Amino acid sequence: MIGFVLRRLLQSVLVMLTVALIAFGLFRYVGDPINNLVGQDTSAIEREQLRKKLGLDDPFVVQFARFVKNAARGDFGISYRHRRPVAELIVERLPATLELSIVAALLALLVGVPMGVYTGLHRDGFLSRTFMTLSLVGVSLPTFLIGILLILLFGVVLRWLPTFGRGEVVAIGWWTTGLLTASGLKALIMPAVTLALFQMTLIMRLVRAEMLEVLRTDYIKFARARGLSNRAIHFGHALKNTLVPVITITGLQLGSIIAFAIITESVFQWPGMGLLFIQAINEVDIPVMAAYLVMIAFFFVVINLAVDLLYYLVDPRLRVDREQAAGHG
Amino acid sequence: MAAEPSAPLLEVRDLRVEIPTRRGVLVAVDGVSFHIDEGEVLGVVGESGAGKSLTGAAIIGLLEPPGRVAGGRILLEGRRIDDLDAESMRRLRGRRIGMIFQDPLTSLNPLYTVGRQLVETILTHTELTPGQARERAIGLLAEVGIPSAAERFDHYPHQFSGGMRQRVVIALALCANPRLVIADEPTTALDVSIQAQIIALLKRLCREHGTAVMLITHDMGVIAETADRVAVMYAGRIVEIGPVREVIKAARHPYTIGLMGSIPLVGHDVERLAQIDGAMPRLDEIPEGCAFHPRCPHAGARCRRERPERIRLGDSEVACWHAGELEGAGALTAGRRRREGEAAARAAERPPPLVELRDLARHFDVSAPFLTRLFSREGRKILRAVDGVSLTIPKGRTFSLVGESGCGKSTVARLAVGLYRPTRGTILFDGQDYAKLDSHAAMAPVRRRLQMIFQDPYASLNPRWRVAEIVAEPIRAHGLARDRGEIRDRVRALLRQVGLSEADERKYPHEFSGGQRQRISIARALASRPEFLVCDEPTSALDVSVQAQILNLMRDLQRELGLTYLFISHNLAVVYYISDYVGVMYLGRLVEWAEARSLFARPQHPYTRMLLDTIPDLEMTGRRRAPVAGEVPSPISPPPGCAFHPRCPLADGRCRGERPEPLPRAGGGEVACHAVEEGRLPEHAPRPLPAREDAD
Repeated sequence: MIGFVLRRLLQSVLVMLTVALIAFGLFRYVGDPINNLVGQDTSAIEREQLRKKLGLDDPFVVQFARFVKNAARGDFGISYRHRRPVAELIVERLPATLELSIVAALLALLVGVPMGVYTGLHRDGFLSRTFMTLSLVGVSLPTFLIGILLILLFGVVLRWLPTFGRGEVVAIGWWTTGLLTASGLKALIMPAVTLALFQMTLIMRLVRAEMLEVLRTDYIKFARARGLSNRAIHFGHALKNTLVPVITITGLQLGSIIAFAIITESVFQWPGMGLLFIQAINEVDIPVMAAYLVMIAFFFVVINLAVDLLYYLVDPRLRVDREQAAGHG
Repeated sequence: MAAEPSAPLLEVRDLRVEIPTRRGVLVAVDGVSFHIDEGEVLGVVGESGAGKSLTGAAIIGLLEPPGRVAGGRILLEGRRIDDLDAESMRRLRGRRIGMIFQDPLTSLNPLYTVGRQLVETILTHTELTPGQARERAIGLLAEVGIPSAAERFDHYPHQFSGGMRQRVVIALALCANPRLVIADEPTTALDVSIQAQIIALLKRLCREHGTAVMLITHDMGVIAETADRVAVMYAGRIVEIGPVREVIKAARHPYTIGLMGSIPLVGHDVERLAQIDGAMPRLDEIPEGCAFHPRCPHAGARCRRERPERIRLGDSEVACWHAGELEGAGALTAGRRRREGEAAARAAERPPPLVELRDLARHFDVSAPFLTRLFSREGRKILRAVDGVSLTIPKGRTFSLVGESGCGKSTVARLAVGLYRPTRGTILFDGQDYAKLDSHAAMAPVRRRLQMIFQDPYASLNPRWRVAEIVAEPIRAHGLARDRGEIRDRVRALLRQVGLSEADERKYPHEFSGGQRQRISIARALASRPEFLVCDEPTSALDVSVQAQILNLMRDLQRELGLTYLFISHNLAVVYYISDYVGVMYLGRLVEWAEARSLFARPQHPYTRMLLDTIPDLEMTGRRRAPVAGEVPSPISPPPGCAFHPRCPLADGRCRGERPEPLPRAGGGEVACHAVEEGRLPEHAPRPLPAREDAD
């Protein structure tokens, strides 16, 4: 177990270093950082001095090491556009994105899993067929279109929900939350649904496929032959066995929800990191882009690590050492 | 079997199971009637597709949709149960009728402890408190022979071996004391030594609890050992039903007679096995009249037209128009020609060796990843799948390797054809060290001369190729013929040789039955004109009657072409039939080998004796057998000294510390055992060789 965790940690560090290398490459070699920092009328000599001062003429390895050291402390330099430390910008935007993503992920799970179980158990029911057809819409319609349609219906025609922004937010320390005010909650509904819809249909279809698979197994047949109740069989025996793949996909999806909230954030002008990133791209704000890249990679790595540890909780077969497993293999 | 006034425990009348498909309704079980009395064991035998499992599933109400009971009645203790609603049927399951499935590895939920699964089932059916249920569960685990049951209660299924898991499955099936247990192939997936233990356990438990058993199996030996009565099914119908002794020793239906004749028997030297040609019809092409008539040697006009109903003959009932006329007495042994003279001549003649394995070893590294090893402070783990095997196969002879799973017999097979490279040792093929050749080009001429036949006839043929392409591949690969016409002629000749027709060359593998596919595999193997064939369990996926066809074919080919076989099997009777020499493997080593008759008649190694004692007593001679103990240990950490010592009744200090080397054995061959060497071996009841008067 310890060996496993350490191995995964080591792999995570390697992944982070690789991403840092790409981010650094972006930072250092896409355009000249000096040009981005100084005005047009700076003389060549001044530029050279600045270059020396910033250490930009050091060997590659030294520069990269410095970048990694700073990044590890959360220092990604100064945004070209905002003229403020990138870390500050990100911390400001992070709560908005995380709240949106987590609410969307919960929504996807809490609706997707029960729907998947239902459609798996009642394969040919009317409701199942309706769910399956609707889910096809969810999978095939692009997010921005769904967002725009929602805005049109609930924001413009019905005027029930705000069409952009986060509403009123409350600050708790450095964290700002929209979950505590009515306008904040109202503003959250449409972006969260938009972001959750695709994941929801994905999770539903996954759970359904896994349920169908598990219900065919011998141990379910044997459980039926022992006269266990349908409830015990479906929710006690079958559902838990579908969890391992569901956890994997959900974990990965949570990562992509955070990373790809960009589109939803643009559509709803949600003041999160995605929006920050889009603006950074528009204005070639390299430090922000690099920081965003490293951060998203970090989220993915952490989530994957958590997923791997969850496996251990769910599946006892992974908890024993290999000797036993191989002995009976 | 006097008629009793009270109703039987289970009565099935005229059961019909249908499976609707797009191309029409298939009738999988048709007009099946039988009963099971309190505490009785009814064996149901038949080859795959006979409808025996569906009959069992219909009784317990677990037919897989779209299958459905379309007619007839099922009565349990006089009450009709086939028309119960789902909830009442569920209450019956587990409490009145239990079921045991074939594969213990997949029958238990991997995510829950066995204790939890037991308690859950007990609580469903009884009024016990969780605490009492736990006690009862531990008691049951102890009763089915699980050592330190209280401790094992909290273990997960994967922490049990296959045999132990089947014991847990039996405990689960019996935990609410059902009156009837339907056991669907309960031992098929197990090793022979475990098989014997599970059958003994099932028999004992059912006797003690007074539980009746419907034992569904394709294995006549299991039936002979266990059942009181037996029903033989063919194409969805019962063709013969009666007391087990009568059916086995004096079968009356031509199918039963043929089936009995096609089972190889240890101790009976026969030229050829009796053979029923063809195979069980598919459900969508069950013939008119008697379903068996296309394969029946006695079929007349009436058989083709009218379907026979069951008529009573003695204590049995038989569905055959010729039932009264046929004499099935001694079907097991009748009609088999003796080969004693020939066997002696074959044994006397000593052809030169074709294949020699010398101190052959193959190790696999199954270590955990480096960091895990570092933290759990364990070393590398080396699986010694084969560890120092030496054997010689003379030209034109068959050398068989037997042993339980994990003994390394399949690894030897793969080494012998060069699919694995040996870790140590040499493989001499016709005097040339094959293992030392490292370039593909150098190997090619040897490769042509040796071929392999695999166990699974479904997985070993490319489903996208036509038969002609499959069989022609070795010819092309070795450049044996370049001209298209020549290749075609050669393929056709091969197909004829293995008993297929020339027209079959245009078909794809899925159009054939399992037996026919194995014939295609054999044709492919013969295409490069090999001298040496390695056959890894070639008949274990096949039905008995088809197995007889393949074994006969292999033997004919050996005579015709002078082939040399290395034959791998766990079925000792098959090995007895096909082999000239037999080697017994245990945990990567050859513990005993000898000429086949000598090994079976006078086994010396305690493991060989134990294996022979697992052979079911099909002839019902009442032969006493030593109980089989223990299971094969993990090959990763085999016991020190003689690996068999933990299971050996003769083990002493030397056996625990020092590994025995193979030494010449009385009667030829070699045996690796300290007890044999020191003369500590007790007399083993010699297996009776065929008496002079039992044939003809």
